[in-house]
Amino acid sequence: MEILVCARRVPDTSENEIQLNSAGNDIERDDLVYSINEPDNYAVEEALQIVAKAGGNVTVATVGTDEDEEILRRELAMGANHGVLLSDDSFSGSDGKGIATVLKGFVQKGKYDLILTGVQAEDGGAQVGGMLAAMLDYPFASLVNSIEVADGAKLRVGREIEGGNREMNEIDLPCVLSIQTGINEPRYVGMRGIRQAASLEVPTYGAAELGVDRVSVGDAAAKVKRDDYFVPALGKGAEILQGDNAEIAEKLVELMKAKGGLQ
Amino acid sequence: MLAGMLISANESYRGISLLSLTSLIQIIGLICFVYIVTKRMAPLARGERDVRFDRLWVRLQRLMKYWFGQWKHPRYRIAGTLHLLIFAGFLVLATRAFYLLIFGLSDLFATTGAIGRTYDVIADYAATIVFLAVSAAGIRRIVFKPARYTVPEKFGKGHKADAIFLLGLIALLMFSESLFEASRVAIQVQRGEVPEFLPALSLPWMLKEVLAAASTAMLWRLHFGAYVVDVLTFYFLLCYRPFGVQFHVETSLFNVFFAKLDRGTVKPVRWGVSDEQLDQVKSFGVKKFEDFTWKHMLDFYSCADCGRCSDNCPANAVGRPLSPRFLSIKARDYAFQHYPVFGDTESHVALIGGIYSADEIWSCTTCGACEEECPLLIEYIDKIVDLRRGMVDDGNVPKSIQKALKALESRGNPYGKLEKKKADWTKDKEFQQSCNVSVLNGGAPADTLYFVDSITSYDDRIQAIGRATARILAATGENFGILGAAEKDSGHDVRRFGEEMLFQVLRDHNTAAIKESGVRRIVTSDPHAYNALKSDYKDLPPVEHISQVIAREVRSGKLKLNHVESASNVYAYHDPCYLGRHNQVYDDPREVLDAIPGLKRVEMSRCRDRSFCCGGGGLMLFYEPQEDERMGVKRVQMAAEAGANVIVTACPFCMVNIEDAIKVSGMEGKMSAIDLAELVDEHLVRQRPATGDGDSDQHVLAHASA
Amino acid sequence: MTARIFAYIAHKGGVVDDSAAELFAAAKKIDPAASPTAVVTGMGPELDAVCENLRGSYSEVWKVASESLAYPNAELVRKALVKVIPAGSLVLVAHNHFGIDLGPGLSVKLDAAFVSDVMGIDGVEGNSLKVVRQEFGGQVSTHVSCDISSGAVINVRPGAFKPVESAAANGTVVDKSAEVGALTAGRRYLETIVAEIGDVDITKESVLVSVGRGIQEQDNLAIAQDLAEALGAAVSCSRPVVDAKWLPKSRQVGSSGQTVKPKIYLACGISGSFQHLAGLKGNPFIIAINKNPKAPIFQVADVGIVADVLEFLPELTNKVREAKGAHASR
Repeated sequence: MEILVCARRVPDTSENEIQLNSAGNDIERDDLVYSINEPDNYAVEEALQIVAKAGGNVTVATVGTDEDEEILRRELAMGANHGVLLSDDSFSGSDGKGIATVLKGFVQKGKYDLILTGVQAEDGGAQVGGMLAAMLDYPFASLVNSIEVADGAKLRVGREIEGGNREMNEIDLPCVLSIQTGINEPRYVGMRGIRQAASLEVPTYGAAELGVDRVSVGDAAAKVKRDDYFVPALGKGAEILQGDNAEIAEKLVELMKAKGGLQ
Repeated sequence: MLAGMLISANESYRGISLLSLTSLIQIIGLICFVYIVTKRMAPLARGERDVRFDRLWVRLQRLMKYWFGQWKHPRYRIAGTLHLLIFAGFLVLATRAFYLLIFGLSDLFATTGAIGRTYDVIADYAATIVFLAVSAAGIRRIVFKPARYTVPEKFGKGHKADAIFLLGLIALLMFSESLFEASRVAIQVQRGEVPEFLPALSLPWMLKEVLAAASTAMLWRLHFGAYVVDVLTFYFLLCYRPFGVQFHVETSLFNVFFAKLDRGTVKPVRWGVSDEQLDQVKSFGVKKFEDFTWKHMLDFYSCADCGRCSDNCPANAVGRPLSPRFLSIKARDYAFQHYPVFGDTESHVALIGGIYSADEIWSCTTCGACEEECPLLIEYIDKIVDLRRGMVDDGNVPKSIQKALKALESRGNPYGKLEKKKADWTKDKEFQQSCNVSVLNGGAPADTLYFVDSITSYDDRIQAIGRATARILAATGENFGILGAAEKDSGHDVRRFGEEMLFQVLRDHNTAAIKESGVRRIVTSDPHAYNALKSDYKDLPPVEHISQVIAREVRSGKLKLNHVESASNVYAYHDPCYLGRHNQVYDDPREVLDAIPGLKRVEMSRCRDRSFCCGGGGLMLFYEPQEDERMGVKRVQMAAEAGANVIVTACPFCMVNIEDAIKVSGMEGKMSAIDLAELVDEHLVRQRPATGDGDSDQHVLAHASA
Repeated sequence: MTARIFAYIAHKGGVVDDSAAELFAAAKKIDPAASPTAVVTGMGPELDAVCENLRGSYSEVWKVASESLAYPNAELVRKALVKVIPAGSLVLVAHNHFGIDLGPGLSVKLDAAFVSDVMGIDGVEGNSLKVVRQEFGGQVSTHVSCDISSGAVINVRPGAFKPVESAAANGTVVDKSAEVGALTAGRRYLETIVAEIGDVDITKESVLVSVGRGIQEQDNLAIAQDLAEALGAAVSCSRPVVDAKWLPKSRQVGSSGQTVKPKIYLACGISGSFQHLAGLKGNPFIIAINKNPKAPIFQVADVGIVADVLEFLPELTNKVREAKGAHASR
């Protein structure tokens, strides 16, 4: 089975303190460490496990710049067969649809039975997978937490729905799936593997090679744009609530409702 | 072997020439033995290289101490004494046997010479003592059944039958030899010749007394029979030993001679392959049996199944899947099965998922109790690290450890905290009033570096230990500083968890930073960092642990200590594994405690090199073990049993584990823990009037008062 | 604003999902003058009951009934919606497991923009819809502009929009089933596997009631469990509780336990050790309840209550139930 995993390089939430920059229009990026978006990593592990059983190849692609190449190398160190960087000046500033358009260009260059993405990125909208599927007219399933290769060109996939329940679906190949964390236990990629991957070849494709029309991607084509970043006013340290238990409990309920905690 | 071989070597009995008989048995026996040992050495020939022929003089001295001197045996009194006797007896009896083997029959041992006669007396007593000792050992096994010999179900059936069988054979050997002598003397008496001297109360002497009334014919039958039984038993044992635990009789000398010399270190990924060449190595670590070095394979053969290692293993004590004894026994059985004496060698099987489970190998805290105990100096930590290297190479790492390793890679500490916040512990307002810690970043140089390491820098409880250490260093007048953001985790446990390359990245970074700072010595309050800087890093200025600094400065008078604050407290010092066992710093911390006037101190029954691991440090804090209870809880109970209500430790990881354990075992209010540096800081006589009265960081430390 | 606003409403067993009112409120935030149209798919009397219910708040309810839509399969629902939704419309969908499945692909097929997980709406300026989203697990918020000139699919965060008082609409139900016709898709629903009881994945929970040593005894866990049930949350814990074997390891939050990213974290009787807090990521709203005013947890919590957990939690559970009771009987 030929599997394509679409991945993305994001600031790592557990190893960064996300703060606004002094201008207040972006997050402070100076001291950030980046890594592959966690659900994408699960997707690559899943792909590796599938080809280990069913044979085939795993290709990992990302839309970005030279800086993003490092995640491709890491996934190559993990065991992926090919890493591909999709990069072009015209891609910069793309919204979700723009990214999906670029990916579509790459998909159509090859022949993939299965396309995986992570369900969502830290700074994303859980959208690229679904958009890519619709553009390709492939069936789609999101929040996938189990994949079973059935016979014929079909998969049996489980989706994570409310209450910890699992919705089982049968889906035809080729298809697009967005993968939820916890579907497997990703193998460790050590320093050694990363070093060795530093010398592997990672080709780059631009708009021309991908047959992507420049006007359909990038900042100009984007319909959804970030205006700024901000942090809603927060108190410092715990605000100790006063009153007797009943009063405090009431206040707390109001606070929780405001935070969306009471469903 | 038998002295004098009857009356004369040329005698025959019922037409069988004894010389021919002896020679035949001897030749066959020796050929078998050589064949068996050669087959046993086959996997060693396939094993990885090991460097064990260096520092021969040191090795010889250790051989004398540990092999000849049986140095570790008395740690278990009864078994140790029995073994000493058996070992000494064997050496005595074997002397003649070897001599005869090499030089053949000779006059040296002839019973008429002075040497021969003296030797005979010693040998007779030796045989008696061995006979009694193995009998006692057998009784111990059958009646008293010491717990450490039991084989847990998951590891197979018991080893008792085999043990009794072997003990029985040795007893038979002693008996038949004694009978041979006794019958000869009885024959001599009956013939009217001057009988050889048999020392009173020796086994041969007792048998001779019993045989006095027997007929000549009977005596000859017994004499000849004893001879044959003796020779056969001897050669049977010789050939049987390589099939079980008794192989240690032959291998122990070599195992001790080739034993590891450098405590606290970890073997390189491959001997003979430098760090720069590591990229060329195809596979890291031990994944299949043949990946072990030949010495490690020899270790497996040498295990005597005594169970002392597992008896002292804290992981085993709390029900983790690890039992060091069975790491050796299972590997030995694997070698026996896949490299049999009779039959063909079988193909390689992966060890993890085969004879070992991943959890078994991750369970080890590398405390070193097993290695400290083993009379044969079998090494465990290097094997565990090698097995972990193999798992890391295959990507088979527990999720929580992966998280920590990834944080170490991106941020240089396992918590994922920002580098620029590494020195934040020095910025506590109250602390800054009494002590200013400078960061060495190209400004004014300092003599001494305080290497803080990750947990002391970032954990808000443990930062108090950092502050106490800094105040102590300031009080000694040291010109010291810290590396701050330039300091990455020492990598001590990254290495011991098998991520060698990440360790090297951390090591190289820190080494460069330390060299650039120009310091002339290093002090740390973290025994793991201490061990790393001392044993894992190269070409650094001398390193000390803060307890050593305090001890020295108290002796010199530079540091003076006030009378103990709480006179009713009873303190017990817990030896951290990487300060105590691995680096043998036992006395300095105790000296410091005893220098506090009025301080009442008790020793736990498990102390010094028998200290019981708190649960592990470094990356072990991120591991989710399968266990019945926490090591820390056991340790806290030990302190309570010793009559203490305060545990003093000198390691931040011990502090975390012990404070946790105090809560878990519901002993809050009855037991508390304090770091040595914190305790000293509290009791330091200070030149300046009290600003920091030493209690500023004690917000969660409540000394239990009577 | 001339674009029509639609709200796709989910339902189960004939009962309308809470999101119906929230989407209505969101629509009003986009355009206070708008009369959003509800769209529902399904079949049979259950669907009819739902339409009847929605008539009370929506002025128009479009019913799409089809055998194939008996179970809400996003692939099929998308195909149905594409057939009936006019070009240039705004379609609101709740951002949950269904909305994630439906929204993005729908926006492509409608050739409309797509904005995900919207938690605030500031209004429309010309052709631009101004919304508020969060990123990095909620640690920062962003103002986002969405070009709605060719329509948009907007996934709305559940619970972000308070239902507004709507005058009883007495709306009409329009049957659009015929326009949809036969539907097939490359994905077919098979069955739903219900989670085993006690089989909780705390890393996926958005509200956690976390207990520590302050709960004192295993029996007192029931107090925490009650609160969790009332909140629709799960119970997690710190390490001592697992060590004491009161809860399984899978419930432990910490550096040697699970890493959780809830929106709300109630730390009940937890001192707030470094190792424990290391398992708490993102930017949860931390409520700390501890009888020790000096407990380190108060330094990291947003709101603190100095009280005995055993006394306070039952009180809180009561108030939560009251609040929910009021909500349900609206």
